[in-house]
This record gives sequence, C-alpha cells and structure tokens, in this order.
Amino acid sequence: MKQKECLRMNNITSLTLTETLEALKRKDFSEEELNKAYLEGIEKFNPKLNAFLEVRKNKSGIPAAIKDAIITRGIKTTAGSKILSNFIPPYNATVIENLLEQGVSVLGKTNCDEFTMGSSGENSAYGVTKNPWDLNKVPGGSSSGSVAAVAADLCTFALGTDTGGSIRQPASLCGVVGLKPSYGRVSRYGAIAMASSFDQIGPITKSVDDARLVLEWISGGDNYDSNCRKEKFKIKSLAGTNIKGLKVGVPKEYFGKGLDSGVEKVIQAAIKKLEELGAEVVEVALLHTEYGVAAYYILGPSEISSNYARFDGIRYGGTRNNFGSEVKRRIMLGTYSLSTGYYDDYYAKAAKVRTLIRGDFEKAFEKCDVIVGPVSPTTAWDLGAKTDNPLAMYLSDVYTIVANLAGIPGLSVPCGFSEGLPVGLQILGKQWDEQTILKVGYAYEQATEWYKEKPKL
Amino acid sequence: MNYEPVIGLEVHVELNTRSKMFCRCSADYFGKEPNTHTCPVCLGLPGALPYINEQAIEDCMKIGLALNCKISEKSLFERKNYFYPDLAKGYQISQYRWPLCINGKLKIENGQWIRINRAHQEEDTGKLTHVDGATLIDFNRSGVPLVEIVTEPDFHDVEAVRDYSKKLQQVFRYLGVSNADMERGDMRLEANVSVRPEGTTDLPSYRVELKNINSFRFMVAAIEYEIKRQIEALEKGEKILQETRGWDAEQKSTYIQRSKEEAHDYRYFPEPDLPQLTVNSKQLTEITEEIPELPWDKAKRFVADLGLTEAQAKILTQSKELADFFEIVVEHGKKHAVLAKDAANFIVNKKPDINSMLPTQIIEEIKGKNVGKIEDEAELKSLAEQAIQADLKTVEDYKAGKLTAIQALIGGVMKLSAGKADVSKLKPILEKILKEKP
Repeated sequence: MKQKECLRMNNITSLTLTETLEALKRKDFSEEELNKAYLEGIEKFNPKLNAFLEVRKNKSGIPAAIKDAIITRGIKTTAGSKILSNFIPPYNATVIENLLEQGVSVLGKTNCDEFTMGSSGENSAYGVTKNPWDLNKVPGGSSSGSVAAVAADLCTFALGTDTGGSIRQPASLCGVVGLKPSYGRVSRYGAIAMASSFDQIGPITKSVDDARLVLEWISGGDNYDSNCRKEKFKIKSLAGTNIKGLKVGVPKEYFGKGLDSGVEKVIQAAIKKLEELGAEVVEVALLHTEYGVAAYYILGPSEISSNYARFDGIRYGGTRNNFGSEVKRRIMLGTYSLSTGYYDDYYAKAAKVRTLIRGDFEKAFEKCDVIVGPVSPTTAWDLGAKTDNPLAMYLSDVYTIVANLAGIPGLSVPCGFSEGLPVGLQILGKQWDEQTILKVGYAYEQATEWYKEKPKL
Repeated sequence: MNYEPVIGLEVHVELNTRSKMFCRCSADYFGKEPNTHTCPVCLGLPGALPYINEQAIEDCMKIGLALNCKISEKSLFERKNYFYPDLAKGYQISQYRWPLCINGKLKIENGQWIRINRAHQEEDTGKLTHVDGATLIDFNRSGVPLVEIVTEPDFHDVEAVRDYSKKLQQVFRYLGVSNADMERGDMRLEANVSVRPEGTTDLPSYRVELKNINSFRFMVAAIEYEIKRQIEALEKGEKILQETRGWDAEQKSTYIQRSKEEAHDYRYFPEPDLPQLTVNSKQLTEITEEIPELPWDKAKRFVADLGLTEAQAKILTQSKELADFFEIVVEHGKKHAVLAKDAANFIVNKKPDINSMLPTQIIEEIKGKNVGKIEDEAELKSLAEQAIQADLKTVEDYKAGKLTAIQALIGGVMKLSAGKADVSKLKPILEKILKEKP
C-alpha cells in the first residue's frame, strides 16, 4: 500500500477497482484524472485491440466498460449486430442503474460476438477484437471487448454476459478474473437475451476481490426479472481468507481427450497450489459432461429462435439478412428442434440431459465444496483458425457450458501461462454459493499473484 | 340423413386489472392515444423481460373456481411462437401443456353441464389499423391480461352456445374481473364447428374454426350458417376441410381465412423468462373466499328464502348490481312491512333506474301503492282541478271527442300526488269536472 500512496499518473490504470476506490478516498487523484488516464489508454491502444465500439468522454465516475449486449439508455447498443446498428435504447439495464447508484460511469460499450453467439470474438459485425497478449490471437468470446479492455487496463472493470462461458472463457484466454454468477443472482433485465434460461451478467475484473465487490453492486432482485433472487449478494471482505480443510473436487471428465497438454500442466500445478494452501483434493465424477455441448446446442438455439423473432424486419431498421451466419445457424437449429414432430427427440431430450447434468453437480457437491478444472481446453488460438468449423468452436466451451446448464456459479482466475499465453483456473460452486468460489479464487490469487502480470502492448 | 352439430367454444376475456400482464403499464387502453401505454416490456424491446402481475393470476383463478375448475398447484407459462406485426416479441406468452385451471363445468339453461377443458392465462397483442393502404400499429393493448376458456365439444345447438356465452359474460361481471363487453373486444368468441350423422358419437374427423366474430348475434348467425353449409356439403358427398373461417356480416356467410396447410406450427416451449407458477392451499383458500355468491346460487336463494318466482329471481340476478340493489331494498322493506315479493314485483315490473334511485325511494313508492292512498273526494277534486289547469290542451282534445285524453290527466294527478291518488275514485271525479266545463 505504501508505494501506492505516492502513485504516479501513468500507474492509475494498473490499479484494481478496490485499489482505485481507496486511492480516490485518499485523494491520490481525482475522478477526472482517473477518467482522463483511461481515456488516454483507450485512445492509444483501442485502435490495436478494437475492444470498444463506443467511448464516452466522462469527467467523473468510476469508469467501467460495458459489453454492448447490455442495454444503456441513450448510448447506442448494438450487441455486435448490424441489425441494431442504430439502436439507441430508451432505458437502462438494471445492472446499469445499480452501477450508476454506486458512482460508476459507463466509459464505453465493448465489442462482442454478434448477440453474444461465439467463442472467439470473431462473430462481431464490427470487426474482431484482438488478444492483448498476442494481437494475432483471438481474445475468446463472446465478451471479447470487455475482457480485452480489462486485460489491457483500459477500464477499472467491465461487465460481460455468460450463456455458455462467455465471461469465463475469454477471461481465461486474456488472463483476467471473470465471474459467472448463479442463474438468478443478477437481474437479466436489459441484457439482450441470447438463451434466457442460461444468460447471466457478471463482472470481469483485475482481481478476485473486485469481482466480489462488483457482484455486490449488481446483484439482487428488481421486480423486472421474475427469475432473479431478491437478496443482494453481500459478504465481508475476502482479506485473510483461509481455505484449510476445504474440499476441492477434481472431475476426471475435465482432463480427457481434447485438453491441451500445456494447459493441463498449468491446471495441475494450480491444483497442487490449492493443496499446499490446505485444501483437500478429492476426485469427483461429472458423468454427463460429454453431453453438455450437445444439450446446450439444442436448448440454447431453441430459446434463441424465439428470442430473435422480434427482429422481424419491421422495427429496428434493416431486414433479417443483416443477421450474421452464426445467428442464422442457431435460429434455424432452434426452430427445427421446437417443430412439431421433432420437439420430443430434440428439445425434450436435451431438457432431460440438463436435468442429469444438474444431478451430476448435486452429487459431486455432496463430496466437495468447489470443483476446479480448466476453463478452456486450449489457450488463445490464431485469428481465423476455427471460423470455418463451427463444431470445433462449440467444443471450446465444453468445460464452461455445464455450469450454465446447471445454473451454478463459476469463476475464472488467472493461473499461469502456457507458451506465453494466459491460462485460467475454473472454480465452480454450488448454486448461490459465490462466496466459496470467491474465497478459493482469492486465496489462490493472493498466493500466486498471477493477476499482476500484464500484457505488453 | 339427419345431422347433429358438434360445437366447442373458446372464449377470450380481457381482465380489467390496473396494470398489464407482465409490466406496469396501465391496462386501461380503450380509446387512449395510440402507443401511450407502452414500455420496453410490452413493446418487446431487446433486453426487456416479463414480470408476472399477481392480480391477473388471482382473477384467472377466480374464473376457474367459478367454473368449477381444478386449480393446478403447479402450472407453466409457455411461448407460442408466430409472426404477426401486432405481436411485439414474435411470440405470445401463454399456457399450453400446464394451464392454471383445468377440468371445469358450467350448467346451462337446458340443464346440460358444459365441460370446460381449461381456463388459462395469457397476454393480448397490439392492434392493427389499416388506413389508406398503410397499416398502423398501436401497442397500448399489447400485454393486457387475457384469460382463455376452452370447452369440450359439448354443444349441439346454437341456443346452448348463446346461453353459455351469456352465462360466462355474467360470471366475469359478477367476479368483477372484466367488463366483458363484446363490442369493445373485452370478450371474444371462437367456435369449432363440425357435424356428424345423428345417433353417432364419434368426434368428426375435421373441425372448422370460426374466428374474429365480435358479437353474440354474429356468432349465432355464423354457426347457423356453418352448420347448414357443412350439412349441404356432406349431402353432396364432399369432404369438409379443416380450416379457419370468418363471418361476413354483409353477405351473411362465412368465408375461408386459413386452410390447414397454412396453419401455424406454434413451436410451444416453456417460457424461460418466467418461473413455474405455484399456488399453495392458503392462497387458494383466500381466493375462494373472495368469490362472490354467483348468479345461479343467488337465484336459488331468492326463491327459497325470499319466496320469489324463478322468473323473478333470474331477472333480479342478471347483474350483481341489480341483485345487490334488490337485497338492500328488501332489507329496508323489513322496517316498513314491505315484503320481498312486493319489492321484487316492483323492481321487475317498473324497472327503476337503480343508478339514480335510492333503495329507500323504492320502498316509499311501494308503500305509496298500498299505504296512504288518497281516497278523500274533496282532496281528489282539488288535485284534479290542478291537473286540468296545468294541461288545458288535453281538456280541449277531450272536449273534441278524444276520450282517451283523460289518461293524460290521470297521469297528471298521479304526478301531483306522488302516485297516491286512488284511480278508481279519481276517474269519475275527473269526468264530472270535464263535463261541467264550458
């Protein structure tokens, strides 16, 4: 702390959110200086990264980057789609109202895969976002811009949305903290729906404690989302967290075929670290993991096919030709699975798989407090490498999708590097138990300090 | 061959809740400036979500209970997907496989119990107006709560359909859940009509759906037409197609709107934005207690306890307002030795305007008939002279030979005496005065 008291201006943007708040309190710098520092960073680095689609030149507030799939009143919200190229919403998402109340300002809207459908950021109608660690690599998706902005210190924190891994996977690929809360923890009102029974808004931050704080700010019912739990998430500071005796489950299904050996090494080392910190590692089984992707790509598109009917070419300008190919693909898949004669074989069967996957987790959590494993089977891949192979792209979400199917919370914490690219450790918890996964994430982070590593731009 | 019509009815009723089904906009849209009762939710803007209006659910349960339905402990909203410009989200939130109220029945005048398959909750759409080749959309109605009540195909004549529909309307109004005004579109009827050879019991293999019909009269006419059309077609050996037909009021005929091939695949699936709807026994008890005495129960009581005829009881229970008014009159009547029967006679025959008259006034009028009659000749003479002075024109008519004109003068006296003059004694007095007049 001492050295931060004599902080210089160019260090402002490397501060975490909680550090920034303390510094503001101490009057180390003003909100205007804070905003100026971030705006300078954006001016300098955004042309390289294409993380922001829209930037606001604010002079006050805690500058946060908001995924463009989240509705902001009076600020163009495209969700990465041409269909909404001119959409200026007349209302704010609940999370935005909550953040404004805390003195946060919308620094800008960040790029994402069109309507959050994608795992690489390449499906945006507004160009691909680059990975700050290697500009030839994808940042992951769909919260590509939000994650790149946090990794490159272009905002104090960001909001993303996670339907099948869209917060955790890019967070892993860009070396930042990403939290997908339990389904129903955060109001979805104003998050442009991809698949309504999977979507959650969550924080993308520079530290685990930041994720805790942002979740406190954005959680809680609002009488606009019937599936949202009324109570706010609130825990004491994570400082001094001890994970001695905590049971950490390791599913063997997460370490099979398809997992990159470099990533596996980093994850095994991270698990070892947790053991060193006093956690007890137990093996658990998540038997139906292999059906997760298949079930997700039936149920998700089914909901998508309905959610995207409103873009009927009558309102919002352009026709449905403006949908990108991934959106069209999912609308067609979903329309098919819901049609008479197919419903039972597809939608209904996938819903049963979902129940089985929920059951897997319930059983596993009888034996452990959290489950850990990789977020993504690989590190960031080359731009364009999977764009012609949607199935390969879908399989990159194999470890994250199951949490959305089950509605449980998941955290991605930076846990090292493989061939110079970040790897994230995924920590999954019981429904409503963000507290324990944050504790484990925090203990790990404090013991390793991977989060202090920054990309050189 | 003789044929028997087989008819099932689907009735939509708009609830008169303060706010819409899934948002806080006012549901009172009728006659309001277009698109002023709207918000992100009922406009279906990206990111907006539905939030359940509990009042609407309670109203739907009341309808279900009044129709002897079983209230499902657990029910589910589903999405009915179809494209139409008045449908903001591209789907309607409705109930399909797990409706809130199921397996009800309603007894109609001919003594038959009509089985009710379900009463479920859904939302209304916006409204299209076609002007000079352009189509205007008003979303004020979008998201207004609707309840749909579906019968089994239990009707075999038009009279039963009319009777059932009127009974439903009466129930909605008794419950106070809807104005149920057909012309305003608060209540809409759809009929599924087919015919089968008399004596057979199998359901016909087809049905023709009659839609978008906005009055009882037109519905009756459309069903009658349709029965005739179908019998004629069958007689000619034609096969009747499953289709949707509308009613052309000018041509007095039904016309095809949509064939079976054009029928939608609604791709129903559970609405992921809404949790399962659960009703616990405490809620159910509370709502059951809120249900007022229904017209048929009231009528029975009026007959049994108050000695009314069935015809009187039926008239007096037509609306809850009239029945309540009648009961207050009866209550007041007790203090003045006026019998319920007399009160019923008076209200049924005189049809007083219950909105402008007080129950005590009714009692006074009834008493005026039986108590305090003016029989005194001098008094009657004085009243008669006053009436004559006030209406010399009628006197002239009378003198000119129009003897019936005397009725107007009697009316005048009745008015002056607040109806208390004894007509049998008044008439000779009037005649005498008129005869003596130059």
